[in-house]
Amino acid sequence: MLKNTTVSWGRISRSLHWLSAVVVFGLFALGWWMVDLNYYSDWYKTAPHWHKSIGILLALFTLARVLWRLAQPTPKALGKSWEIAAAHLIHCLLYLLMLAIFFSGYLISTADGRGIEIFDWFTLPSMGELFQNQEDTAGDVHRWLAYCLIGLAVLHAVAALKHHIFDKDQTLVRMLRNTKSKDIQ
Amino acid sequence: MKKTLIAASFLALSTGFAQAADYVIDTKGAHASINFKIQHLGYSWLTGRFNQFDGEFSYDAANPTSAKITVNIDPASIDSNHAERDKHLRSDDFLNVEKFKTAKFVSTKVEDKGDGKLAVHGDLTLHGVTKPVVIDAYKLGEGKDPWGGYRAGFAGTTTIALKDFGIDYDLGPASTHVELDLHVEGKKK
Repeated sequence: MLKNTTVSWGRISRSLHWLSAVVVFGLFALGWWMVDLNYYSDWYKTAPHWHKSIGILLALFTLARVLWRLAQPTPKALGKSWEIAAAHLIHCLLYLLMLAIFFSGYLISTADGRGIEIFDWFTLPSMGELFQNQEDTAGDVHRWLAYCLIGLAVLHAVAALKHHIFDKDQTLVRMLRNTKSKDIQ
Repeated sequence: MKKTLIAASFLALSTGFAQAADYVIDTKGAHASINFKIQHLGYSWLTGRFNQFDGEFSYDAANPTSAKITVNIDPASIDSNHAERDKHLRSDDFLNVEKFKTAKFVSTKVEDKGDGKLAVHGDLTLHGVTKPVVIDAYKLGEGKDPWGGYRAGFAGTTTIALKDFGIDYDLGPASTHVELDLHVEGKKK
């Protein structure tokens, strides 16, 4: 099944979710590592180029992901009502943080009017300097929101494991494979 | 009348220091700049400047050695025409502008080298480190401006070792020193 139902995540939503997870953690690690690279490192220019290219592609991908999410039914959340409310809040925050991180990252590199070259395929144009000290302010925002995103993503994963191990419900399983209504507790 | 003139010029000679005019560096009209250049890999010059600074000097053409100059620089205003590089230059790899919010030059002694050339000795504070430097300067000119004011202008250069100021990020063997290229025009107070 490609599409979602009210009891299961379809193949498309699941793929979008896991690809996003891998790329988000990958970009975080790449960003963490690249800022301390030595000037003579082979990666000094390549690592930021890839970080920016993949980041912009993930931004476009995430827009599609959000549209798909809004257009599709979603499986009914499992757990106590406060858990469902907390999960919903964290899902919203994860999306908002990602969008804010994409935008702040864009603002760092485009503060001087230069566009961002995406893998030498195309250049995303700059909107110019929108406010003073843009690269510094956007840089601080980019870094701290990335820490927040990773923190929340870990919490999100721990919560999924808690559902799997302690509550023994389908929350994690249905993000891994197709589930049928009879599987749901 | 003649006596008064003689007396006045005598007074002027005897109190040469007091006659030195005070000038404000014309940063308002941007007739001054603090530029720098450093080699990139030993293949070319990378140039940039500090956009925010202010200062004043006193100068008397008849007694150049009594000249004094003070310049305050906002290191966060470094501008090499590349946002990502400027962000890096402001970080703790280089100027650490969050910790060291000001840079300044205060002259201590001016030597007259003749022909309008001056050696301006002074203390440069950068990255929280204060070191003596000597600026090789010369006067371009002075005189009335078309709008009722009086101006005097100088240019100078000095070279500093980044390591002397506690900046030890490795940019390679050709890029250990920075040349500062200074242009000031003062408006008489």
